[in-house]
Amino acid sequence: MSVTGAHPLDQAPSTFEEPWQARLFAMTQGVIESGGIDREGFRQRLIAAIEALPQRPYWESWLAAFDDALLAAGPTD
Amino acid sequence: MTNAHHTHDHDGPAARTAAIEKLLTEKGMVPEGFIDSVIETYTEKVGPRNGARVVAKAWMDDDYRRRLLSDGKSAIEELGYSGPEGDVVVVENTDEIHNVVVCTLCSCYPWTVLGLPPTWYKSPEYRARMVREPRTVLREMGLDLSKEVEIQVWDSSAEKRYLVLPVRPQDTDLLDEQELAAMVTRDSMIGVSKL
Repeated sequence: MSVTGAHPLDQAPSTFEEPWQARLFAMTQGVIESGGIDREGFRQRLIAAIEALPQRPYWESWLAAFDDALLAAGPTD
Repeated sequence: MTNAHHTHDHDGPAARTAAIEKLLTEKGMVPEGFIDSVIETYTEKVGPRNGARVVAKAWMDDDYRRRLLSDGKSAIEELGYSGPEGDVVVVENTDEIHNVVVCTLCSCYPWTVLGLPPTWYKSPEYRARMVREPRTVLREMGLDLSKEVEIQVWDSSAEKRYLVLPVRPQDTDLLDEQELAAMVTRDSMIGVSKL
């Protein structure tokens, strides 16, 4: 996990392997902040999604949890 | 609200995420430009540099260090870093005690001072093994601690996230705060490496 070369903090590995993960993270924050879904409720869904399929890639569990949270929040029209 | 699971099989998570983003934007549930600015904030502005400044100040200023150890969140806020949730507890490494942080249930992490957590921090292996066999996992990650050093593992939650205050490296008396901050790595503030 150590880094070499330039300033160590500049080389911190990206936590997103792909851009969609970063967008998913950001849109979850956005919907939570606008009150569309509840932060703690989402976190519980994330824990449950990870437990349900521990070998599923992390961000796909996040996506499943976010999808469930949006569904549970009900229609917006 | 559309159930994304009913899309075609070849629509992987990228396509589903894009579809959700489109829907949320159309319905005004996420403001225009918000997603791009959040991404920029967490990868560029927020990030381990914040934690490094907290650490360097604690090394230079003993009163600040005391405040940091007794109320991490408030001391961190003094430097202008705050976040939406929970406490940040700062745990100090010494020659006898080495602290390391994990979130066994998901990926709770002190975002305001460390940015987004690394992929390995979120892996099932790290989350399960760090509490069970910390000395072994640390050795695998490149940190070999002698048997005399006690390891303390801190399990994070939404209410309590942890930041490790690393031991100040030797022969740094002449450095200023900025130079000290430049030495502090993200991994040392999680506890999986030493400086």
